[in-house]
Amino acid sequence: MGENSNSVLVIGGGIAGIQASLDLAERGMKVELVEKKPCIGGRMAQLDKTFPTNDCSICILAPKLAECYRHPNITLHTLAEVKEITGKAGNFKAKLIQHARYIKAEECINCGMCIEKCPMRVDDEFDVFLRKRRAIYIYFLQGVPSIMAIDPENCLYLTKDACRICEKVCEREAIDFEQKDSEINLNIKSIIVATGYEPFDPSPLVNLGYKHLPNVVTGLEFERMICASGPLKGHLIRPSDRKEPKKLAFINCVGSRDIKYNPYCSSVCCMYTTKEAMIAYEHDNSIQSFIFYIDLRAGGKGFREYIERGQKEYGINYFKGKVAKIVEDDEKNPIIIYEDMNTSKVKKFPVDLVILATSMIPNKDTPELANILGIDLDKNNFFKGNAYLPLDSSKKGIYLCGCCRAPMDIPNSVIDASGAAAKAAENAIREG
Amino acid sequence: MEDIRIGVFICHCGTNIGGFLDVLSLVEYTKTLPNVTFATDNLYTCSEVGLSVIKEKIKEHDLNRVIVASCTPRTHEPLFRSTCQEAGLNPYLFEMVNIRDQCSWVHMKETEAATEKAKILLSMGVAKASLLQPLEKFTIDINPTALIIGGGIAGMTAALNLANQEFRVILIEKEQELGGLLRYLYKLYPTHDNASKVLEIRNLVENHQKIKVLTSTEPVKIEGFIGNYKVSVKRRDEIYDINTGIIIVATGAQVLKPEGLFGYNGSNIITQLELEQLLKENKINVKNIAMIQCVGARNEERRYCSNICCMTALKNAMLIKELKPDANITILFRDIQTQGTTYEEYYRKAREKGITFIKYIPEKLPIVKESNIEVYNDYLNQDISIPYDMVVLSTPLIANPDSENLAKMLKVPLEENHFFLEAHVKLRPVDFATDGIYVCGSAHWPKDIPDTISQAYAAASRASTIISKNVLEVEGAIAEVDEDLCIGCGICIKICPYNAISKDENGIAHVTEASCKGCGLCGATCPEKAITNHHFTTKQILAQILASGGK
Repeated sequence: MGENSNSVLVIGGGIAGIQASLDLAERGMKVELVEKKPCIGGRMAQLDKTFPTNDCSICILAPKLAECYRHPNITLHTLAEVKEITGKAGNFKAKLIQHARYIKAEECINCGMCIEKCPMRVDDEFDVFLRKRRAIYIYFLQGVPSIMAIDPENCLYLTKDACRICEKVCEREAIDFEQKDSEINLNIKSIIVATGYEPFDPSPLVNLGYKHLPNVVTGLEFERMICASGPLKGHLIRPSDRKEPKKLAFINCVGSRDIKYNPYCSSVCCMYTTKEAMIAYEHDNSIQSFIFYIDLRAGGKGFREYIERGQKEYGINYFKGKVAKIVEDDEKNPIIIYEDMNTSKVKKFPVDLVILATSMIPNKDTPELANILGIDLDKNNFFKGNAYLPLDSSKKGIYLCGCCRAPMDIPNSVIDASGAAAKAAENAIREG
Repeated sequence: MEDIRIGVFICHCGTNIGGFLDVLSLVEYTKTLPNVTFATDNLYTCSEVGLSVIKEKIKEHDLNRVIVASCTPRTHEPLFRSTCQEAGLNPYLFEMVNIRDQCSWVHMKETEAATEKAKILLSMGVAKASLLQPLEKFTIDINPTALIIGGGIAGMTAALNLANQEFRVILIEKEQELGGLLRYLYKLYPTHDNASKVLEIRNLVENHQKIKVLTSTEPVKIEGFIGNYKVSVKRRDEIYDINTGIIIVATGAQVLKPEGLFGYNGSNIITQLELEQLLKENKINVKNIAMIQCVGARNEERRYCSNICCMTALKNAMLIKELKPDANITILFRDIQTQGTTYEEYYRKAREKGITFIKYIPEKLPIVKESNIEVYNDYLNQDISIPYDMVVLSTPLIANPDSENLAKMLKVPLEENHFFLEAHVKLRPVDFATDGIYVCGSAHWPKDIPDTISQAYAAASRASTIISKNVLEVEGAIAEVDEDLCIGCGICIKICPYNAISKDENGIAHVTEASCKGCGLCGATCPEKAITNHHFTTKQILAQILASGGK
């Protein structure tokens, strides 16, 4: 494997990793961008729209994906993971595992013939399990690189030595079952960690009924439900009876600000429930939304005005108070049981669909990566940044950006990412 | 006249187009259009195979214009342009027809009508391609120097980073010393480190070989464009010219003085900033302290939340508690803004320490009396009275009064509260629409120290993407003024969002090529039709309109 002598390693291909890579590449540095999924794009690619501009998320992201793919200074390693880091700032050695894709990247033209014929139906992770994909698949429609991957855990040939139908239908002979996981060794000057977050699974909060009550979904599920390229093609219907919901309740701080689960505030939920309520209204003006909150946190630029707009122009209702329980009636309509702050009485509030604004939590493999990198975690298992130099990890030459260090919104992730790029460049030059 | 030979490549885009339009009938139709020498379809025109087909066919049929009918130029035009270039064709002889986003995706259930629409789009593309002219890109030299306006923590952080990347940096500060608002703070949240510790960066900045610090200095005039700005600055009544490649705006903000609000008097009813000074001097000798949040913020006059006041109040309350554990501290708030991991934890600690939090509502504002505050407690639904020895008002950060003047000089926009307005709130949070100018810190929006520092690094990074280059290639499809037709009315100068047009010595409009993005506003506005927008000329667009069936 080729060895690079003057590179920055960027771990994570979401918006933070992408922005950091693009800045460094434009700065004239070589970038090795590692993403464990088959395509770059991250969480932002899953969102329908983004606050406070209500821009279509993938529409503003896609040009950056293409730029990353095309930039001569960026080498993309998708389906790859960092296995070992040795050395020190200015002279790290990185060992990556390149997982087999079972596809010849230069041959696949994403024609989709193989997908049509693949007999395996698997839950689609990108669509938060709301739809099925095949064992051979493209991670998402606009994914980059825009080529297939075979999921070895579900492929009939790789698990049971049967099928191989994709191989037969592929006119380009792009299927390669001989591919094996391989090792890539790199010389690295600086490292940027941009591994993002994952959504908290609210099942342990049994009082909220997630997974027991069909019409209780999470914020991320709702994003896919309402997205034009999502499993419902943007036609909002609720899971139990596929009827159009008219009355939506959003519950903020699910799993957040809760010492039993995540004691911290996830920073973005007040804003994104407002956004989701706005989009729902734009889809159907007869939809009414109710947001249950503890504090309405809207300190960012234009955020307070955004919430005012939600109230005035979209008729969003904000209820201060914590929800005690969600039950359902005979028609599976969720009923929210909450304490009315003004009367201190317990009240019931029936709706058609409930959306839980779940916390952002560190990725599962954060502790393992911290161990590989030799950097500290904070008490919530996010990567620990210096209090006043928040992009500095506990180790020289390794920098943090985006939600892997704390929950934050897209603009702050982009700011962090550019900032980490500046630090990585400074380190590469000073230690070079 | 040259023989026009157009090649048209119609893309199935997998099933994105092919699944909804009759692509083969589009190919047959296109072959009947004037000047079309060759037409074909591809499953994925942008795949390596698709691209090599384009190159082969250019050679095989001696094509001198290429059309790809597929997705959007936003993502794919650069790719197809460079493919044409690789085959020896000027990249501006390429035209893209969007039959996916603007046709198959929006008419998924109407194959026949959508195919007819795609035919019209194709005939428009062919009409325009027939009139395309080769254009050349411009290159401009880049001065590898950064000018940073504002010597607070944001400006100093950006300066040090760029200097450590071996760029030349000039840092100007209107006051006599560096440091900004940080100089007035006592301890910082959430760790209670001394502000002076963070301020130690001052020595590094002042002693760095690559940084020239000019205090008591303000800009008075700014000219030029990316890579080549000329900034005139005034220093002790003398004017100096600074040449720089980029400019970073780090002018910070100021704290609102709450004259006339809640009995503010500067002695026992003070601001958080004034409290910092008392804490510094260890002069807190009162027992009952009440703090009021959102003073002069989230109201009719100033609708925004200033982002940092809740944590400032919590921190000062905690510091007082450390000094005087028996102090009674009450914080009257509307929504506590303690986003993120550490601040929420800090809020929890503040409650554990016995600091009292009372939610008030704007309809029933607290009333500060002689020695007590009357307030409606929104949790208990009742009016209560809080005795006080001292009231501390949490006032927002507001835009610096000279922002307006600076924005005019830089020709960049401010938002409604007079903070600087970036190019795109989501994805370009430190850039301006005008290339080579960046913003960071509280000039952008009220921010605490860690957020300011992150953003300062971000601005440095964006700046470094420009000043690391010797030359920059800029767009060839730009505006050009016909000097014989121009009457010097100046409408184009006002409408240009990139400040690319100015008047020359004869009063005639002149386009600065490096700044022009070819957006077309000037051409559409010019009453004398004196401006040609290359690649979108009047002739080309009229031909498209006629081809679409217009008259």
